[in-house]
Amino acid sequence: MGSISISKKCKDLSYSESGQRISSFPDEVLENVLGLMESHKDRSSVSLVCKDWYNAERWSRTHVYIGNCYAVSPDIVARRFPNIRSVILKGKPRFSDFNLVPENWGADIHPWLVCFAKAYPFLEELRLKRMSLSDESLEFLAMSFPNFKRLSLLSCDGFSTDGLAAVATLCKDLVELDIQENGIEERSGSWLSCFPANFTSLEILNFSNLHSEVSFSALDRLVARCKSLKVLKVNKNVTLEQLHRLLVHAPPLVQLGTGGFSQELQPSQYAGLESVFNNYRGLHNLSGLWDANPLYLPLLYPACTGLAFLNLSDATLQCNELAQLLGHCRNLRRLWVLDTVGDKGLEAVGSCCPLLEELRVFPASPFDADIVHGVTESGFVAVSYGCPRLHYVLYFCCQMTNAAVATIVENCPDFTHFRLCIMNPCQPDHLTNEPMDEAFGAVVKTCTKLRRLAVSGLLTDLTFEYIGKYAKNLETLSVAFAGSSDYGMQCVLGGCPKLRRLEIRDCPFGNVALLSGLDRYESMRSLWMSACNLTMSACRVLASKMPRLNVEVIKDEDPEDKCHANKVYVYRTVAGPRKDAPPFVLML
Amino acid sequence: MEAGGSSSVGSGSTVSKEEVVEQENHHIHPIPMEEGSDESELELGLGLSLGVLGSKNYNQIPRILTAKDLELPSLVSRPVLPPSPSSASSCSSLGLRTQPASASAGTSNNSSTAGSNVSTGTKRAASPTAASQVVGWPPIRAYRMNSMATQSKSIATGENSSQFVENNVIYGTENKGKSNPEAGVPLKSSLFVKVNMDGVAIGRKINLNAHSSYESLAQTLEDMFTYKAVEKSSANELFLLPKVTRPSELLDGSSEYVLTYEDKDGDWMLVGDVPWGSKIGRKELKAKKQANIGHFMLYLHETSWYRVTQVQKKTLGMNLERILISSSNGHAVVIFLFCIKLLA
Repeated sequence: MGSISISKKCKDLSYSESGQRISSFPDEVLENVLGLMESHKDRSSVSLVCKDWYNAERWSRTHVYIGNCYAVSPDIVARRFPNIRSVILKGKPRFSDFNLVPENWGADIHPWLVCFAKAYPFLEELRLKRMSLSDESLEFLAMSFPNFKRLSLLSCDGFSTDGLAAVATLCKDLVELDIQENGIEERSGSWLSCFPANFTSLEILNFSNLHSEVSFSALDRLVARCKSLKVLKVNKNVTLEQLHRLLVHAPPLVQLGTGGFSQELQPSQYAGLESVFNNYRGLHNLSGLWDANPLYLPLLYPACTGLAFLNLSDATLQCNELAQLLGHCRNLRRLWVLDTVGDKGLEAVGSCCPLLEELRVFPASPFDADIVHGVTESGFVAVSYGCPRLHYVLYFCCQMTNAAVATIVENCPDFTHFRLCIMNPCQPDHLTNEPMDEAFGAVVKTCTKLRRLAVSGLLTDLTFEYIGKYAKNLETLSVAFAGSSDYGMQCVLGGCPKLRRLEIRDCPFGNVALLSGLDRYESMRSLWMSACNLTMSACRVLASKMPRLNVEVIKDEDPEDKCHANKVYVYRTVAGPRKDAPPFVLML
Repeated sequence: MEAGGSSSVGSGSTVSKEEVVEQENHHIHPIPMEEGSDESELELGLGLSLGVLGSKNYNQIPRILTAKDLELPSLVSRPVLPPSPSSASSCSSLGLRTQPASASAGTSNNSSTAGSNVSTGTKRAASPTAASQVVGWPPIRAYRMNSMATQSKSIATGENSSQFVENNVIYGTENKGKSNPEAGVPLKSSLFVKVNMDGVAIGRKINLNAHSSYESLAQTLEDMFTYKAVEKSSANELFLLPKVTRPSELLDGSSEYVLTYEDKDGDWMLVGDVPWGSKIGRKELKAKKQANIGHFMLYLHETSWYRVTQVQKKTLGMNLERILISSSNGHAVVIFLFCIKLLA
């Protein structure tokens, strides 16, 4: 809205004198002003105003966010934006996290690094999600960018701890090293020892998901000499005793990820930890707590008073243990737990954390189907009563009812992210045996701010009718084992004006549905459809009619079925068909 | 609309039924009632015949997941053995856990072949087993599944590399694994279980996770419960408590005592078959959470196990001891049973 009024003004001014286009601001001023804009959505709007503004914007931009690495090529980025210091790049489709995308699919960082090394020698920050990178790439990165400061790798693969060693050795001014949830080969923990003895700039260090043991003395010394350290998240090999030593030497941390939390402690050790945590009242984020021994949780109580984010998804706590802990976390905004806490534990969440905004409940043993455990609808309902500000939820449960969801969204109408996973595919409302259509209908009708939705359970086309009709702000929709016919998908593609990402698996949507969205896909980032009823011919039709889309079909293991297109990935691009597609990916 | 949906559901469930039954057949072993005198067969026989026996005498029919969920006739008399020691940690779900095994970081190939069993493009039947057979479902990141698997495995195996031997001497003493011997730091939290002995009013507590082998557990139990004299219980039963023999004899079956436990399937298993810790895998403990575990005693007569009936308890001069172990937070019940030969 702001940009519309700006553009009007610009037009008025620019045509004020004999119809010639004049910008009312000198370029430097404009660039300075625009340089303060951070949101890339705003920047995109600004760049569309007029040519001068486009130029001013591109010169002043220092940060670029590329949601799909194949939507644009490195050269195009480098040409348009000359002054980039920080890049966010996302690669593979999200379902690659769940093993639906074969290895070596692509999203290799290396071409980007080669291009950036020439175009942005002063690059400082790289945040990658679902990209593939090799050790050579990491080494190249470390050598090519002398100012490099921040590296964050989330759900990436292809590299090993040797690559981390290169980064540690060569990046003299590294401020952030955040290695999360990656599929990496762990050769040893010696990478941490590669930080030089005079290296002191680290502020953020997260290696919580690495399995190999690092040298504790190296870690201890590193922590002691990095006086600006704010975030430290260690892996589970670090024992409680070691954690104690680290915390004594470390500067006051804002985010802490503990290591293992179950070592048997002598009373003196316990007392030592107690006093350390007593001094940690400035903590915002707490995570780790592997194998947390409930006897030791009281150690954390003093540190929990100011806590905003508590991640217990690696600790199998039971309900009373959680309840006691949460009693000290009144300021909590975000909570991640395992479903071992049960509905009773979630009741405690509802009663202890009135300011809660985000809740994620992960299943502790999702494949142990022979026992009824985990959480049900009543836990979620209890949280909704106690936490009216809840707007982000990720909930894995074994059962749900339409009535419960209706109650939940009535209590919490501000949902922006509603991700409900009823773990048995196609499971109906367990009380009425009806489909879960009304549940998601209630969600989209009530939660007008909804941006992200993941549906599950037994769903007919009615759910998608609701979504298409009411979810006006929806940007991401994840569908699995749902729907009855093409009509469902057509409803979504025909409604949902802001839809950007649509990912579908195991649904009875076919060619008609796919082709009904011909004019939608260019306004979306991507479409993923796997195990649906698509054929190669329809994909070819789509590819031929929409040249600015890349239509990729991942070939199945089963060579017999030549006409069925099992995994289809469609995305808009200005870079044309990609040249690095592996043999099992057909570019149509 | 609905019809289309239900027919694909139907076909989906047929596929899953066949698959699961196939997998089930994998694990069914013949169940002889009587065993030869060979010790190793005895162990095997113990497990099996217990199960069979159990089916007759248990108040509660052992639950076999797949049978129920697929509405096959109740396969009561088919106890399912853990497939193999190496996959003991996954035995709790009867080998249906293809997901964690294949979902190691980055190995999508495994899981896609595992998933190729699943008929794509059709809806799965709404059965609990279906969840474990579909690639990438529930949508949990591979990293998290790995960490769950390693978490349960580290609890289960305690990083032990104890070797499994065929005969009745279960293993030697090198069970320490990688944990620091001097710190004695287990990577798992303490698991205190109550140990009650019939005839003794006051029970003890023992930390199962403080032990890295069966031997040490047996030793501790022996230390706790060795009595030199006969004790009378307050109940009608009279129990003679002979001196407990050395742990190794306890474990290898040559003593008068054997150590058994009831696993989560309701089958009586001889202690020591699986590496230390697997039997107390966290999954099994949790499995017991709502299970109704009855108390009953077994005695060994010659080479077979029999359940003690109420009548027998009162009339026969049997010397029996029972140790019932339940976890301190009421979540798990693992029953250890020391039995001696029928004296009569």
